[in-house]
Amino acid sequence: MANDPIHQFRIHDIAGPWNIAGYEISFTNSALFMGITVGTITLILFLATLRGSLVPSRLQSVGEMWYGLIDNMVKNVLGEEGRQFFPLVFSLFSFVLVANMLGMFPYFFTVTSHVIVTASLAVFVVGLVVVVGIYKHGLGWFKLFVPHGVPLAILPVISLIEFISFLSRPISLGLRLFGNMLAGHIVLKVFAGFVVSLTALGVGGILGAIAPMAMAVALTALEFLVAGLQAFVFAILTCVYLNDALHPSH
Amino acid sequence: MDASAAKLIGAGIACIGMGGAGIGVGLIFGNYLSGALRNPAAAGAQFTNALIGAALAEGLGIFSLVVALLLLFVS
Repeated sequence: MANDPIHQFRIHDIAGPWNIAGYEISFTNSALFMGITVGTITLILFLATLRGSLVPSRLQSVGEMWYGLIDNMVKNVLGEEGRQFFPLVFSLFSFVLVANMLGMFPYFFTVTSHVIVTASLAVFVVGLVVVVGIYKHGLGWFKLFVPHGVPLAILPVISLIEFISFLSRPISLGLRLFGNMLAGHIVLKVFAGFVVSLTALGVGGILGAIAPMAMAVALTALEFLVAGLQAFVFAILTCVYLNDALHPSH
Repeated sequence: MDASAAKLIGAGIACIGMGGAGIGVGLIFGNYLSGALRNPAAAGAQFTNALIGAALAEGLGIFSLVVALLLLFVS
């Protein structure tokens, strides 16, 4: 079917599959667009920092604002000792932002609309929180699950709730990005499909197609907002979770 | 009613949960805006907190979308 809204998410092999050690490994369009994402980030930041002048050019301003946004975020949430996590947060933010933005181009594949990509990033972040927490505080890090000043009688229940909420973090972090990108792109395709089906009906249909066309334009603007916002939210939640690793007692 | 029809109806019902997330996000930004209009000087510092709250509320709505997708695509 021509206007199948799910078709845009299909992964197909570009090269391969090769059989390596019993696994079918192939170069897919998802891998291609991850490579394009990383290449785009590298190119923009390389060009932005190519000639540092006191009065920044337009591209240099973009690079400075990009850097400054994450720098401020890490400083505000993690404090001065969180500086060592700046490269991680900056890389995550850049990858998610550019992958979301590239996905807005027609016929481009959206890397972040697949749960395997976002869940890998989220599991990596929460795994890092556990590793850093235990590395910095030893077993004292588990005080994270025992809030300060709670009456002893309800402490087991509170600890259990804290533990379950910690376990749900990688799920919610990954699914939020995945769900936003998936739902947004499906809605765009559904409204575009209305336009196609209505124009096939003749003159009356073309007049009727004006409303869904306007809606599709408005939704495209909304999707650009969502693409930037979700990258920001992903980065700031990474900071908030890493803050638990650095300062476990609330 | 056969099982596949029940699945489709269940997926539709599961999406009602997204309305709750809509109410939550609306409350957060509505209250942020009313606070920001009372004290515009303090608004900039709290915008990040508003976004965190909205993201957490929205994440719960995404769960209901996932339930709907599971009902539709997992046999």
